[in-house]
Amino acid sequence: MSEFGAGAELPGWVTESRSRGEFFSPEESHAAAPAGFLQELPSYRSVLRRRAAAGDVQERWGNLRGIASAERREPQPDGGERGAIPLWELPFSIAEKRRIRDLQQGDIKYSSGWNHWKRTSSKSWKKALKDIKELSSYMQLWRHDIHSIEGKFGTGIQSYFSFLRFLVLLNFLMFILMFSFVTLPAVISNYGIFNSSSTKISPNNTEPYCTVYTPSGNKGLVYFYTYLKDLLTGTGFLEVTVLFYGYYTIDAAWFSVLRYNLPLAYLLTTFAYLALSFVWIIKRSVERFRQHLVHDEDQFQSYCNKVFAGWDFCITDLNAARLKHRSLLYELQTNLEEERLKQKIAERTMKEKLRIYSLRIFINIIVIAVLSGCFYSIYRATVFSQENSSNISIVGFQANLLVQYLPSIVITSANFIAPQIFSFLIAFEDYSAAFEIRLTLIRCVFVRLANVGVLLFSLWSQIHCDNDQCKACGYDYELYPCWESAVGQEMYKLLIFDFMIIIAMTLFVDFPRKLLVTYCSWKLVQWWGLQEFGISDNVLEIIYGQTICWIGTFFSPLLPAIATIKYFIIFYIKKISLIHTRKPASRPIRASSSNFFFLAVLLIGLILAFVPLGVSIALISSSKACGPFRNFNTSWAIVPYTILEFPIGLQKFLYGIASEAFAVPFFVIACLFMFYFIALAGAHKRVVEQLREQLVTESRDKLFLLEKLSEAQKNSGKPQKARS
Amino acid sequence: MGGSSSLLPQEALGEYQELTFLNKQEILLAYKRFSELLPREQRENACSVRVPKSQILTLPELRPSPSRQANPFQHRICHVFSTSEDGDDSMSFEDFLDMLSVFSDAATSDIKSRYAFRIFDFDDDGVLDGKDLEKLVNCLTGQGEEARLSSIEMEQLIRNVLEESDIDKDGTINLSEFQHVISRSPDFVSSFKIVL
Repeated sequence: MSEFGAGAELPGWVTESRSRGEFFSPEESHAAAPAGFLQELPSYRSVLRRRAAAGDVQERWGNLRGIASAERREPQPDGGERGAIPLWELPFSIAEKRRIRDLQQGDIKYSSGWNHWKRTSSKSWKKALKDIKELSSYMQLWRHDIHSIEGKFGTGIQSYFSFLRFLVLLNFLMFILMFSFVTLPAVISNYGIFNSSSTKISPNNTEPYCTVYTPSGNKGLVYFYTYLKDLLTGTGFLEVTVLFYGYYTIDAAWFSVLRYNLPLAYLLTTFAYLALSFVWIIKRSVERFRQHLVHDEDQFQSYCNKVFAGWDFCITDLNAARLKHRSLLYELQTNLEEERLKQKIAERTMKEKLRIYSLRIFINIIVIAVLSGCFYSIYRATVFSQENSSNISIVGFQANLLVQYLPSIVITSANFIAPQIFSFLIAFEDYSAAFEIRLTLIRCVFVRLANVGVLLFSLWSQIHCDNDQCKACGYDYELYPCWESAVGQEMYKLLIFDFMIIIAMTLFVDFPRKLLVTYCSWKLVQWWGLQEFGISDNVLEIIYGQTICWIGTFFSPLLPAIATIKYFIIFYIKKISLIHTRKPASRPIRASSSNFFFLAVLLIGLILAFVPLGVSIALISSSKACGPFRNFNTSWAIVPYTILEFPIGLQKFLYGIASEAFAVPFFVIACLFMFYFIALAGAHKRVVEQLREQLVTESRDKLFLLEKLSEAQKNSGKPQKARS
Repeated sequence: MGGSSSLLPQEALGEYQELTFLNKQEILLAYKRFSELLPREQRENACSVRVPKSQILTLPELRPSPSRQANPFQHRICHVFSTSEDGDDSMSFEDFLDMLSVFSDAATSDIKSRYAFRIFDFDDDGVLDGKDLEKLVNCLTGQGEEARLSSIEMEQLIRNVLEESDIDKDGTINLSEFQHVISRSPDFVSSFKIVL
């Protein structure tokens, strides 16, 4: 067995006799240089001294091992140092650790009271920390489920389920925020509980026709299916509930004598949940970014990573193991081939380069054409749906439902078809395999997120009005007296449809496919086979749902609750689908890069959600017929209005911060800091490279000198010291 | 779980908690699995019995089967963690706990990299040289002739690995170089895990 830091840590090249390729002829056997002689080298002594002073862990372990085997060595660090490492972090077997602990406890008697107290308190503190960590891990949601998924399917798929858990928690927190600051006060004051009341100030300076809003709650006898339709589309009886913006037509709520500014609370809670999501995602991705930066920047590490960290020890299933072997072989072969290909690419002729670049430009044009096709069809579908969804009596119930859901259907089909087209096209572009995957993913992400943007844009083109009469209101008051609720309904429909599609795909596609493959032995069916668990596709799906939730929560405050329940159920559906109907992935998914990629795309979704929200809040006139912002031009207008009520000093300070005189210097200073850190990082990298080269030359010099020395010793006939 | 905890004495449980990265539940589960490997009459003093290597390898985490193995490193793991003086690679319960401790979630990256180095060092000479790396890659790609890299590819791969990790250019990877490479490898900690 190899010695662990036995004695002092001798450099590796000294231990056995090996042939050194470059300088020395292979025949010369380089016996290990005399060990005692090496220990006299000044560099070695200073390393020892430095380690003893810093209490280096390796040196301590070396000493502990020495104690355990009862050997005496260099001057030991004082007894207090030894107890600093917790026992469980020592790289020895349990029996040896027990011996060390007994020796330590024997030592304890001889050390002073202060050291003794220090050591026992640090030990109990470490133990307490360990217990707390253990306890807190019990309280994690789905801890056992995710643990077992990791054990059976590896860490790549487990990262998807952890991501899902993160989204459930995020949505739950958003719901708690919105509920406690917006919904609860509104409900309490509307029903007059706890001595509360609400005030509604009728808007002045607006035309009376802007303020007419009669939501068609169900009156009289209605068919049963009307309720179902209302539940699925958010109209009818749902429109007047807490679910949508229209309910919160309160200007202030009074709790005994306290005045609760509900409009301000509504706006600030919106900003709060956006900020909360932003901060939490950034915090979660900082750690993974560091890993990703290391992984990505140091391209020189990829082979070592694959060889040393390639085998996933979690795998226990034999089939999964076989597939892992195959995927590792495939990955290594592809990488080696890519390297050979890179050399070939560097040798490409000018004519070939021209041909390939023109082909790429052509394919990118096709991609843009496909995207425009998607956007245009979404625009037409939305316009059609908005224009025809009010013709209830003319068409039947199902047709009306179809028309209402038309935008959702078109978006979902576009999200499904476009990635297939992209993965087909990219084969012609002749990129390296890794870049192919990345580019396809980027295109798919763009399609999904841009579709939502186009939907919102087309909604606004409907809400926006042209003739003079409605210019007074600022929006189309005839069709959309309460346009925020209309947008909220659209988001609600998108969310519900997304959820239904996921359930339907699992029930009506995955399970029948599994039954077919298991019981039908036709060649075609067997070749079609089971589907893999496509991690990227699934993740993009839930990110799309989350973006809708972020945009829609301003218009429909209870949307996070629906999203929480949706993701909660999806976890179990996906888990069951994974266990029963999927085959393991043949392409290896690296857990580290996946984690960072998911969070990066989620962040992109969040930032994209800022745009429509910002436009709605700050640019589009708020509805005069419903909602908390009836008395203001736009939803944002309440903030300047509130600031005007602050004391003069605070007002001046806030205006100062928002003015250019502050913003421009702040921006310049932030840029300066950023450039400084970038320069620092570059300098560090260069230093690392230089030190590496220095290390190599130093070791060569040492070898050379040692060789000369042993020759000289041989020639002078001095007796050689014993081999180490 | 109540039955097995009465078999494992409380102070032993506390001691193992102190000496390993495992928590109480994991130790009890390990005890349960370990005693299932033993024939019935030896279960009482599972703590002191050594289990021969062939028995250990029936655990699903390490299992071989007629033609395939779930874990290609099973032999090396048994060899590294076994403290048997006979050299027959049999494992006692404490060795088993050691193994689970190193492969647990809570183990530090430093411990994992040290033991990984020992596991990958097929000829036990304290360094990873070309032969060790070749055996390692063959373990990764699986058994069978069609599952091996060609000799040209193998040479290219070993050359690349050494280029990336061999700092002092002596043709071998020693422990410090290995730990340095591992510290910059983002996937190592998450893949060097065994979940019972």
